[in-house]
Amino acid sequence: MDWIFHPEKGIDMHAAVALLTELSPLDLSRWQFGLTTVYHFLFVPLTIGMVLLVAIMQTVWVRTGDEKFLKLTKLFGKIFLINFAMGLVTGIVQEFQFGMNWSDYSRFVGDVFGAPLAMEGLLAFFFEATFIGLWIFGWDRLPKKVHLATIWATTLGVWMSAYFILAANAFMQNPVGFEINEAKNRAELTDIGAVLTNVVALNQFPHTITASIMFAGAVIASVSAYHLKRRQSVAAMQTSLKLGLWTVLAGGLGTIISGDGLGLAMVQTQPMKMAAAEALYNTASPAAFSLFTLGTPDGKSELFSITVPNLLSFLSTHTFDGEVEGLNDLQAQYLAAYGPGDYMPVIWITYWAFRWMMGLGFLSMIIAAVGLFLTRKGNLNLPKWAWNVAIWSAPIPVLGISLGWMFTEMGRQPWIVFKLMKTSDAVSPGINGVDVLISLIAFTAIYGVLAVVEMKLLLAAAQKGVEEIEVKSDDEADKLTVAY
Amino acid sequence: MQLNEIWFLIVGFLFIGYFVLDGFDFGVGMSLPFLGKDDTDRRVLINTIGPVWDLNETWVIVAGASLFAAFPEWYASLFSGFYLPLLLILLALIVRGVAFEYRGKGHTIGANVERWKATFDWMIVIGSALPALLWGVAFANIVQGVPLNADHVYTGTIFTLLNPYGLLGGLVTLTLFWTHGLVFITLKTDGDIKERARALATKVGIGATVLAATFLVWTLIANFSVLGFILSALAAVSLIAGLVANYFKREGIAFSLLVLTIVTAVGSLFAALFPNVFPSSTDAAFSLTIENASSSQYTLTVMTWVAVIMIPLVLTYQGWTYWVFRNRVSRKSIPVGSH
Repeated sequence: MDWIFHPEKGIDMHAAVALLTELSPLDLSRWQFGLTTVYHFLFVPLTIGMVLLVAIMQTVWVRTGDEKFLKLTKLFGKIFLINFAMGLVTGIVQEFQFGMNWSDYSRFVGDVFGAPLAMEGLLAFFFEATFIGLWIFGWDRLPKKVHLATIWATTLGVWMSAYFILAANAFMQNPVGFEINEAKNRAELTDIGAVLTNVVALNQFPHTITASIMFAGAVIASVSAYHLKRRQSVAAMQTSLKLGLWTVLAGGLGTIISGDGLGLAMVQTQPMKMAAAEALYNTASPAAFSLFTLGTPDGKSELFSITVPNLLSFLSTHTFDGEVEGLNDLQAQYLAAYGPGDYMPVIWITYWAFRWMMGLGFLSMIIAAVGLFLTRKGNLNLPKWAWNVAIWSAPIPVLGISLGWMFTEMGRQPWIVFKLMKTSDAVSPGINGVDVLISLIAFTAIYGVLAVVEMKLLLAAAQKGVEEIEVKSDDEADKLTVAY
Repeated sequence: MQLNEIWFLIVGFLFIGYFVLDGFDFGVGMSLPFLGKDDTDRRVLINTIGPVWDLNETWVIVAGASLFAAFPEWYASLFSGFYLPLLLILLALIVRGVAFEYRGKGHTIGANVERWKATFDWMIVIGSALPALLWGVAFANIVQGVPLNADHVYTGTIFTLLNPYGLLGGLVTLTLFWTHGLVFITLKTDGDIKERARALATKVGIGATVLAATFLVWTLIANFSVLGFILSALAAVSLIAGLVANYFKREGIAFSLLVLTIVTAVGSLFAALFPNVFPSSTDAAFSLTIENASSSQYTLTVMTWVAVIMIPLVLTYQGWTYWVFRNRVSRKSIPVGSH
């Protein structure tokens, strides 16, 4: 930069202009998509998981009349809503970006990729946005059971929405149900059933849902631990602590089982990604699973590592001596098939993201199991550090989820649609670097500010805890129960 | 009727639905500094759209996704071409959405409540006015045509879009949505604020009428069609009739007429466009049409089934939501102290 800012001459405008014109729309668009997607997906998992748990809490209240569950419904419903608004407004950005920054991608696959997105809108998103409004504001407008039905309808909408989006993403990982129209130079849909039952989507969906449920459980456990540490609302918070911790365990178990299925699907459809997850350079049978490795700084060779013999073979093939293809062999195959180029993703990212994803998931489950053991039979006499671990462990699953997506998306590179289109060919031809720099800065700034405000509001709602249920007096009958 | 013609209609329907619904949300948002004398007034205004603004906003997502699925080439050229205006719309919608959620929660984190609310009120105003203006600029430019090269790539800049016709289009949507929102307020509130909204609707509505009439005549001169003429005439008549109904305190009729105005006015733009979808001002041969921009027959067939089954269902449950929240909001209905 010092060639722009001269100590005597001030700013060298020519150099500055030269720098701006050299900005690459491709690199900036990739950073923007990564940033906005990771950010969007901090909120989405909590929505996916929490909507189910809130629906369960409200159901228990409606069926048993136990007011404790009404209070819990209101508290976690509030946290769910603060979070939902962010998921909604940042979601619009995701859809618009395909056209704004990746228009050649949209031209090439829109005929296929647009269908699940439009189905998501017509079948799921309308549904969830409508019923969530009915649930939030309908407390005194709807009969009790109809109101309960609205939160279940929201759950259905949220989950269907997730399915269609994952089906669209699965097409990028494992394109199916299409043929190339040479004259129009685009992929055209030939089988919508194949797109919607893509083996990657079928496995990615339960993995996403269970991991999200795990995150919601960790948040509930964290909020409960905060209040139990201070002996506030003990009856309600003991119940929610137990619910939260069991949810982490159950969600975690589901995440492991579905992750196993997803791993098999990945080996079938994207062997390069599995090899990159393991930094397995040469084809091996049996293949060992590396738990930890220290390499030279360039990542080319290994200094020290801990491995579990045969485990990678088992994960990839469900046999202990199955063959797992290595990076070098796959690179050679792809060179022959797709011409010159580097077909390996960035190995250190895929290797560590994959490990940390699993490690954080297991860590969260261990914390939950220990927590259940320590608080068994209603015991609250825990050392302070134990409560603090429970309180601060809420973000662990979402960090794992984020790393999992970084692995999934960066492990697909250099492709935007695996074996069909490279990311470098997908960027909008008409946009210039300055425009994308402006949008990248704008999104970063606004998302940064919102993250701070959002966290403060979420923490405030969590720390306030359960509130007494207000009964309206007669002269308050015409007041709105819920209002902005 | 061909499938791509049906999808031109469906995309038109979804954008019109979006403008009708989010249009009054924008109008309500813009009215905050004009009608909201104190915090209770402003809360009355915000709560008229409280339960529905997010489902109204959903329409733009569905419209965008349907455009992507049915006319990928149009979606790609339009969204990448209008990069900066769409960025501003996105930022505005983000700011408006979170402002609704956050404005009442300042006290929970010990903020200076007055300043906190004032900040988010301005974010609601800007977050409403900016999209109301920019959607008009965008649609006017779509109808007028923009520089597209042989690959259908936009070759202009943001300043290309800020031409007289485009800016006039923006002022039309700005004032029309504002009038629409004001009439909506008269329908949804009670007491003093209702009367002030009615009076302001007349003033803004007269401005909207002059601007819209100029714009629609300009559009007809440039792209005459019989259908466009009928729709434009209907738009003008229903806008004037709506203002008369508003003046004579017939809120329901006035609001229905404003809905009809937006439907016919935006409809006349789609009529002016047809069979083009994104005309090129560089060379007519480079224009995108319903033929060269559309998806394959198979995709359109699948999506037609989805749309034909889902749209009536969507309209039913959204209609039910509006029925559930049909009550008027007044100063009396705002709970004290909770925010």
